[in-house]
Amino acid sequence: MSSLSILGLDLGLLLHDGWGEALLTGLYRSLSIAFGAFALGLVIGTLAGIGKLHGNALLRQLLELYTTVVRSVPELVLILIVYFAGSDLLNAVSGSLGYGQVEINGAAAGILVLGVVQGAYATEVIRGAILSVPVGQIEAAQSFGMTGPAIMRRITLPAMLPAALPGLSNLWLIAMKDTALLAVLGFGELTQVTRQAAGTTKEYFTFFMAAGCLYLIASLISNALSHRLEAWARRGLPKDVRA
Amino acid sequence: MSQLAKPVIDADVTEVQAQVRPPALGRWGWLVLAAFAVYAAASMRWDWLASYYPKLLWGLWTTLWLLVVTTALGLVLAIGLGIAQAAGPRWLALPARVFCTVIRGTPLLLQLWLLYYGLGALFAANPEIRQSALWPVLRQAWPYAVLALTMSYAAYEGEVMRGAFLGIAKGQLEAAQSFGMTRWHIFRRIWLPQAFRRALPTLVGETILQLKATPLVATITVMDIYSVAAQVRQATYLTYEPLILISVVYVLIALLIQRAFAAFTKTHQTRSPR
Repeated sequence: MSSLSILGLDLGLLLHDGWGEALLTGLYRSLSIAFGAFALGLVIGTLAGIGKLHGNALLRQLLELYTTVVRSVPELVLILIVYFAGSDLLNAVSGSLGYGQVEINGAAAGILVLGVVQGAYATEVIRGAILSVPVGQIEAAQSFGMTGPAIMRRITLPAMLPAALPGLSNLWLIAMKDTALLAVLGFGELTQVTRQAAGTTKEYFTFFMAAGCLYLIASLISNALSHRLEAWARRGLPKDVRA
Repeated sequence: MSQLAKPVIDADVTEVQAQVRPPALGRWGWLVLAAFAVYAAASMRWDWLASYYPKLLWGLWTTLWLLVVTTALGLVLAIGLGIAQAAGPRWLALPARVFCTVIRGTPLLLQLWLLYYGLGALFAANPEIRQSALWPVLRQAWPYAVLALTMSYAAYEGEVMRGAFLGIAKGQLEAAQSFGMTRWHIFRRIWLPQAFRRALPTLVGETILQLKATPLVATITVMDIYSVAAQVRQATYLTYEPLILISVVYVLIALLIQRAFAAFTKTHQTRSPR
């Protein structure tokens, strides 16, 4: 079956022996975990970003610790800590409720651990973006009699979007690449599947190159989409003023 | 050369700059940290430190030299990638651009495994390489770790350098030209120093990201501090203690990097060019 070969890469393995489908399934898992983690990170980031600016001293300091630690400790270490702490916590809760040991779903665990990491970076992006909204706009909203949450929802969050989007699209790219780290925990995402395929067939170059192409295509498509999104969010703003 | 007038550096640059705001810990933050330290000292097990500290120190040394060597090599490469994209001829600019895009668009872990398993298997199958004088080096894991980390740093920082080179005002280069400087002279004395200053703030962020990338080398059997911690975990069945210890070490190194760059910037950027 290995007659089809380009540049010494054995494409027959990808097309006929089912490994191609395995890689695509891996890509699908990677992308869904990345999407979940990004969404979770966005929620954490928005809440924590607001908390960092408007919270009390204790909350602000706790959030500062969270972002500082996450942004200087390697993802690999954080993923292990969050994974073990999360499963211990879950088991403690289910144990006290009388359910015994719980097996954690791989994708959910991946989303949780990467989401916590993403959240720290998203916090900084959103905090910076909120600060970039001109004070006058917020004062105008106040003079219209809007309450704090209404101002946040209707003025600050929409107005900060152009400033936040470049950082957020960067984070999405990081989320996609960081799913590869879950291979170290043994989750069946793209990098892990690739390693298994390469190890079984001994065709290391073929499979790592193929997976690289998949990641690259996903990155390039994301890039193109995020540029359009940024252009849309910046509509009506003067050119080349980066918030 | 018409691109030279472009005033803005890439969005990435401002992004990384925003990332490295030094931590602002107040009373509450230190209190929480102290409470955690007391808890860790009182109810966690640290007796393994006595027997593992030589290994941990050795692992720390590996992490540090990997960081320093790959950052230095990567920076040199990044300058080349940046200038190739900013001013090079098409046949140089295009490969440089493709290199940066490919490295930045794929996970480092995958690149590392491609080099170590793929290239390693290729080398092992080649009798000429097996018999060459380089083989004792190539059969080890660290050359692949250094290569992968260097390429990664070069690609990310190369993109920044491209923006930094393009951001230098055209008039500067024209003035140098009118003084009769050669192209090499202009590059070395006018263009590079100013571009480097522009890129300096991003170096902190990129270097900390590089520090965070080093534990990946543990997956190809390089004994850095992370892999020593993993060993401790397997040998003692302690889940959190070794991970917490190396987390503290990584935070300290990151703070050290921030301090070092801040000191460097202070002494080397007395007159900021505008």
